Amino acid sequence: MPKRLAKTDVVIVGMGAAGGVAALPLTNAGLKVIGLEAGGWLSPRDFAPDELRNGSRNWPQSVQKAASEAPTVRATSNDTAIQGGHPMMNAVGGTTMHYWAQSWRLNPWDFKVVSETKKRYGEDRIPAGSTVEDWPFGYEELEPYYDKIEYTVGISGQAGNVQGKKNPAGNIFEGERKREYPMKPLRSSPFTDLMGNAAQSLGWNPFQGPAAIATELFDGRPPCQYHGFCNKGGCHVKAKSSTAFNVIPKAVDTGNLEVVTFARVTQIVTDDSGRVTGVDYIKGNETFFQPADVVLLASYAYENVRLLQLSKSRAFPNGLANNAGQVGRHYMTHHQGAPVTALFDRDLHNWYGLPAQGVAIDEWADDNFDHSDLDFIGGANLWVHTDRKPMSAAKMPTFGETRNWGSDWKAFIMKNADRTNTSYIQKTTLPYEDNYLDLDPVVKDPLGFPVTRITARYGDNEKRIAAFSQEKMEQWYLEAGAIKILKYGLGNTMGATTHAYGGTRMGLNNETNVVNEWGFAHEVPNLGVLGASVMGSSGSRNPTLTVQALSWRTAEHLANNWRSIVG
Amino acid sequence: MNKKNNGSGSRDNNSSDLIEETPANPSRRNLLKGVGLAGAAAVSTIATSHVIAADSSSTNSNSKAAAPREALEALTAEEAETLAAVCDCLIPSDEHGPGAREARAVHYIDKSLASHNSGARQNYSVGLNAINEYARKTRGKSFPELLVDQQNSILLAVQTNKISGFIPNGSGFFNMLRSHTIDGTFCDPYYGGNQDFVGWDMVKYPGIRLGASEADVAAGASLPPSHQSAYDHSTYTKLADNSSTDVEGGDDYA
Repeated sequence: MPKRLAKTDVVIVGMGAAGGVAALPLTNAGLKVIGLEAGGWLSPRDFAPDELRNGSRNWPQSVQKAASEAPTVRATSNDTAIQGGHPMMNAVGGTTMHYWAQSWRLNPWDFKVVSETKKRYGEDRIPAGSTVEDWPFGYEELEPYYDKIEYTVGISGQAGNVQGKKNPAGNIFEGERKREYPMKPLRSSPFTDLMGNAAQSLGWNPFQGPAAIATELFDGRPPCQYHGFCNKGGCHVKAKSSTAFNVIPKAVDTGNLEVVTFARVTQIVTDDSGRVTGVDYIKGNETFFQPADVVLLASYAYENVRLLQLSKSRAFPNGLANNAGQVGRHYMTHHQGAPVTALFDRDLHNWYGLPAQGVAIDEWADDNFDHSDLDFIGGANLWVHTDRKPMSAAKMPTFGETRNWGSDWKAFIMKNADRTNTSYIQKTTLPYEDNYLDLDPVVKDPLGFPVTRITARYGDNEKRIAAFSQEKMEQWYLEAGAIKILKYGLGNTMGATTHAYGGTRMGLNNETNVVNEWGFAHEVPNLGVLGASVMGSSGSRNPTLTVQALSWRTAEHLANNWRSIVG
Repeated sequence: MNKKNNGSGSRDNNSSDLIEETPANPSRRNLLKGVGLAGAAAVSTIATSHVIAADSSSTNSNSKAAAPREALEALTAEEAETLAAVCDCLIPSDEHGPGAREARAVHYIDKSLASHNSGARQNYSVGLNAINEYARKTRGKSFPELLVDQQNSILLAVQTNKISGFIPNGSGFFNMLRSHTIDGTFCDPYYGGNQDFVGWDMVKYPGIRLGASEADVAAGASLPPSHQSAYDHSTYTKLADNSSTDVEGGDDYA
């Protein structure tokens, strides 16, 4: 029997990007919160500028809970699912410790893919087999929460549309915002200037994208040092606005948040009336039951879905909140693959910098361009950035100029190590009937619980965006003086990624969605779900800021409606 | 390391083999033998001194005052010797400067097979043995004893799956070897490779800095290399004072 602990108001499963944010409005409202985290606390000392450790040895993620329960992956239900890696990390702060920290708002179109597409192009333009729905609210509803996160967590960037006033230094396609970012954008570099000038000569509107990275002294944290180890590394000066360095310590300071580290949640416990009563977790060699009035699930898309599917009870024989059979449905990953790589005839000065220091092009994203004569909807955000390290530089493609070893190759990399660039192209991705998450029938984690099985592949719509955006990217590189171009495959299987969406989708229809417009389960009034698993469309940009805005909104709703939710 | 370079009778030295060597791929072995001292002189100082040290070691093995105390942690002596010859082909020491040998890529790989690459240990045994068996069968000598062009043609056959006996196949084994050799040549020197920063200098990486100013970035390849390991910074060294993050350089911090 698990050891029963003292009851708390709210237990949050996961102290990462989502759960960390939710803790602050709850504890500010005086609610007692227990935050269960599978990892531990890390400090800037843990983030050495070490490409081998961060990139190849995958430290410290390689030894963590997430790594031991990596999902299995298959393209279709006719294939055998193979276990791969897990892209996320366990720590207080979660993957915000080492992410790229690009912190975009979604475009207003992303909230209304179905209605806007039908209105502009007709009823038949939603791709066959897609289960996409409009969000239960529009961009305007989330705007104050985006603003709240930008100013609380600390986002740098250049606004493009403040209260309807467009500024071409920023993204002229973004939704209207109340005010500027709290910090100036990351600085430009010789390479971003080169690409920015090329975009302008094509008549496009280049701009520096937003980042959860301080560019000036912010909330006691110093600005970015551009030292080049941001990717897969935490920040050595806390310039990266991880939740471990802002909202979580602030919540701890209220005296109302207790963070329990190395706690591995195994089950969400339900009573016969269908309400959740708390969670079971393992810490060390002991099992505990943490009772709570409300459970907020914030453990990333795969684990959110898995914990619900594992939490079977009399009231929910097919998994918690799954009597409508929607847990695990509407899964998608961002199509971030199919990049383009360019070779230039000059050094690009990219040895330092970071993935968030780049240039964005939004002309071909979302519905920012006319799709009347195209065979897809949505689009892609084009992104090129600084940041290069020697091991990966030496592994650069050789563009057919030499075989990839020996004296000729060595001469090639000596000349070209700082002359390549690979784009990052994030594409609108839609949910489809055949794409879903369930429990693997064979593969189990070390505790004996089945891991998540991903069955998913991109549709024609995603591949057509990929081909279209590669053409635009090639055009951009060539305008900037690239002498060779490589295009990669358009993608097939949706493997485990850092941009996983759906599985507990948010929507008004309780037959097609797991959570309501506030993030609480339709079937379980005191269970909230945080993270991109509630998102019904991907947009063509990184999800974390939207995840955090939604988390704050759900937590604020809970604090404001405590009595009616707790019952 | 463990490279036979004493010009003894065990080495093939007939003129027909020498003719096979193309000007673009001068035999590293000939450099070592002193045949190409002019060539060695074109190599950077580090490489030259290394060549001379290696060359003289057969006649006076105690000439180096303090040889580092080192074990082969995973590989057998023969495996290490074969691997050294392979790494020499992959990233040669040549007229452009030092390569995998000066970086001590084999030293790195051996240590890595006892730690983070331990899963590949058996793969190395099988693969290196297959390379030597093929060399003996087709050329009558072990791989390290062959001339560079012969070695290169065997490696190309491995890379293109013309030879069997590898896990999972020739190209898979080759790609792993190549990847690990690059790791050992370009990694942080803490891990036993990239000795004297020869890998970072090779690609003109200006090195680890805790901050890079706009002027640093603008300088590009002309920025003087820092020649520091991450672990030359006290912040990251074991048991360091945890109270500060010794940021240096980078005008943005001001």
